[in-house]
Amino acid sequence: MDLTRIRNFSIIAHIDHGKSTLSDRILEITGAVDARSMRAQYLDSMELERERGITIKAQNVRVNWKGHVLHLIDTPGHVDFGYEVSRSLAACEGVVLLVDAAQGIEAQTLANCYLAIENDMEIVPVLNKIDLPAADPDLYASEIENVLGLPADAVLHISAKTGDGVAELLDAIVERIPPPKGDADAPLQALIFDSYFDKYRGVVSSMRVVNGRIRTNEKLRFMQTGGTHDAEEIGVRSPAITPVNELGPGEVGYLIASIKDVAQAKSGETVTTVRNPAEQSLDGYADPKPMVFCGLYPVDGDEYPDLREALQKLKLNDASVTFEPETSGALGFGFRCGFLGLLHMEIVRERLEREFTLSLIATAPSVAYKVTTDDGSTMVIDNPSELPDMGTVETIEEPMLRIGVLTPSNYTGTVMELCQGRRGKMIRMEYLSPERVELHYEIPLAEVVTDFFDQLKSRTQGYASLDYEPAGYQAGKLVKVDVLLNGEPVDAFSTIVHSDAAYEYGRRMAEKLQELIPRQMFDVPIQAAIGGRIIARETVKAKRKDVLAKCYGGDITRKRKLLEQQKKGKKKMKAIGRVEVPNEAFVSALRLDD
Amino acid sequence: MTAEATQKFGVYLHVPFCVRRCDYCSFATWTDRGHLIDEYLAACRTQARTASTNLPDITSVFIGGGTPNLVPADTLMSIFRELPIAPTAEFTVECNPDLVDGQQMETYVAAGVNRVSLGVQSMVPHVLTSLGRDHNPRNVHEAVQTIREAGIAHLNLDLIYGAKGESISDWKTSVESALALRPEHLSTYALTVEPGTPLADDRDRHPEDDDQADKYLLADELISSAGLANYEISNWAQPGEHCQHNMLYWTQGEYLGLGVAAHSHLAQRRFWSMRTPERFIKAITEGSSVEAGAEKLDPDAWALEGRQLAIRTSEGVLEEFVSDEVQHLTESSEVAGKVKLTVEGRLLANEVSIRLQ
Repeated sequence: MDLTRIRNFSIIAHIDHGKSTLSDRILEITGAVDARSMRAQYLDSMELERERGITIKAQNVRVNWKGHVLHLIDTPGHVDFGYEVSRSLAACEGVVLLVDAAQGIEAQTLANCYLAIENDMEIVPVLNKIDLPAADPDLYASEIENVLGLPADAVLHISAKTGDGVAELLDAIVERIPPPKGDADAPLQALIFDSYFDKYRGVVSSMRVVNGRIRTNEKLRFMQTGGTHDAEEIGVRSPAITPVNELGPGEVGYLIASIKDVAQAKSGETVTTVRNPAEQSLDGYADPKPMVFCGLYPVDGDEYPDLREALQKLKLNDASVTFEPETSGALGFGFRCGFLGLLHMEIVRERLEREFTLSLIATAPSVAYKVTTDDGSTMVIDNPSELPDMGTVETIEEPMLRIGVLTPSNYTGTVMELCQGRRGKMIRMEYLSPERVELHYEIPLAEVVTDFFDQLKSRTQGYASLDYEPAGYQAGKLVKVDVLLNGEPVDAFSTIVHSDAAYEYGRRMAEKLQELIPRQMFDVPIQAAIGGRIIARETVKAKRKDVLAKCYGGDITRKRKLLEQQKKGKKKMKAIGRVEVPNEAFVSALRLDD
Repeated sequence: MTAEATQKFGVYLHVPFCVRRCDYCSFATWTDRGHLIDEYLAACRTQARTASTNLPDITSVFIGGGTPNLVPADTLMSIFRELPIAPTAEFTVECNPDLVDGQQMETYVAAGVNRVSLGVQSMVPHVLTSLGRDHNPRNVHEAVQTIREAGIAHLNLDLIYGAKGESISDWKTSVESALALRPEHLSTYALTVEPGTPLADDRDRHPEDDDQADKYLLADELISSAGLANYEISNWAQPGEHCQHNMLYWTQGEYLGLGVAAHSHLAQRRFWSMRTPERFIKAITEGSSVEAGAEKLDPDAWALEGRQLAIRTSEGVLEEFVSDEVQHLTESSEVAGKVKLTVEGRLLANEVSIRLQ
């Protein structure tokens, strides 16, 4: 295919700014999907994405426009998924910056846009939702000019909903975004930027051909792993899966190569041919660093192997998840997993439960602490129960973030209050316009991973947005809070918190557990403790009544079955010492949202 | 029991009709099927006649419901003319105190009834209202008088504790008032939330375990002091006044159930009949089986069931079967080598049962 006729682009947008609607409209206007069979938000194929209204996995689709082939490479739109955004950008020459004409640019969009600018990509700025009464395209166009240095008169005005201006946008993409460069006669170099496991086809990878050609049935070499695989099927998504015989430079499509093992087709992998191999692999991706950790345990211990398999499969789609086996005294065998952020953690967990029909218990989220002990040794700990005896701990350092919060200026006060309440230190404050301000803070990551984002949204009625980047480690007044049931510490409930918040955590946990743990045959004290010091206490009083009152009309069968059920229920409980704790109690006690 | 009745065998008849439904009740009973009463009783009589050909002598009869004394007494009693009832058999009819009358009692007694079980539930008006019952406690006194005048020598009163708004002193009043009626037998039942009942949907009225435990302990004290000994978790009786029929249930004895939703136990096979009167009448008319389900336990399960039932009684089980964990809830029974539940243990009977060896 003629390279000059190809355009590869992503849409960078904040959640809710209309990216999926625009993608749908592009599919419709280019005739890729006819209006009648148009399923709203075609590209958000995962059930979960559709429900949450956000795109998690990078998807790609090919459309034709006025003699050109356009590859739209979708990007995730949430703060946790910067890594996936950068992967998507690596397959493009330009981006469409999509901004809600009634809200203006958001912090994360800004961050992703800077990422694109750093990569010398062409940016096509677009104001969406101009049909809304509250739209103020002139204001936000000048904001884009102030912040990003893109001339206000280059900003397109569209309504993805009505389709107004979308054809002009497609023209602008063709005009402004440069065609890909590449040598069709050079040895094959194709970049894998996304892979997922399909239970019928094996691993399906999304790839961008950089140089050379990839053909069906060609023997391929994967340069990082060294594996060889036959190109069983290659094709494009338009958006229906359409097999082709060959893809050349600049083209984006999918590859199926009978790969069963998910680790064999990682994102960032370079594919070449066995017959005429390239000398060098393309720049891959740095492995993303997980920032939030939690233990994931199957509710039913027998599902441990299934959980391992599910994590392995999930990891192919989402290289940013890390996991390693761990054992909990309370929860049995499970995995310590690392995530890019809290939403990422929730989504992974939900996907494991839904797509792999697992039932899971997640421990309290933690960050990775650097602990120095009195003998001078340093260790990194992402599981509070691994913390050595506090008596031997010299310092605990915690990971810090530099965050940017973009907010309408009338919410400045409440945002500052939130950040300061979370131990944030203000670095600076900038006005983008008289109505909008960006606040920069240095803040402990642990304070952000709890419910910072939700708090930010609710305090600003959804208007504020957040972007963050890691900012090293800092020593803090941190303590480990243990929760003891009947005198026995329960590792799953241990947490590391700032000493000011320890009492509150202990009290809340003890109260929650007091409600969740059923009465036993004896009084069960629930205590929260720092070292040997008890900071909160509740008691589950011994049960006094558990008896079936009546046997009606000789129905012994029902009575026996009720007892059998009760016996079975007992087996499903986890024994912490002599205390029987239902799995549901772990699930609820460790839930974040209350 | 007399000497000739060596093998005990019971018959239960279910009368699935009520004037109104108590909102905690999950039993098979209907308030809108009065038009089926005659047909239903006729079907029960047919069922009894068919079954009678290979029955042993019947040593106990229990008519339960529903409200057995809602239906015509003579028709009800005619069913039992079909059955080989031992002359000394215990013959109980459950009665609603509001519907007791002299004529009815005479008919019962003439047919062999010698025991009445009255559904008193509470002797405190506001508690009765809370239970969804509307009888006046005064009716209970009148009913007892009528029953005694008809010559019924064995009387049981049923009480329920744990209704919303029932104070400890309300409960004390109910137990003491019941004891003042000099029953030979007293049953007290913890109000239980059964799925599918209006009570189940009204969380605010659900009983509390601690309150019910307190009430049980109080009842046991009051009733024991009045000379009725506890012989099963919910049952107390004067010496020799245990309910023979209910004892069959606790000792894995044999019995035949007649009518809808009635359970039978013959030759280690438990089975039960269909639930609605319409289907029951149709099946009997067509001569087809009324059985809705059955089970036969393997020997181990059978033996365990036996112990789970026995632990509820004052005879108890062999000490070796009780797990160490719950031993503190048991004490020696009158049978050598056996232990029974203490009064606190009776409140935790399930915990002991599920740990039986």
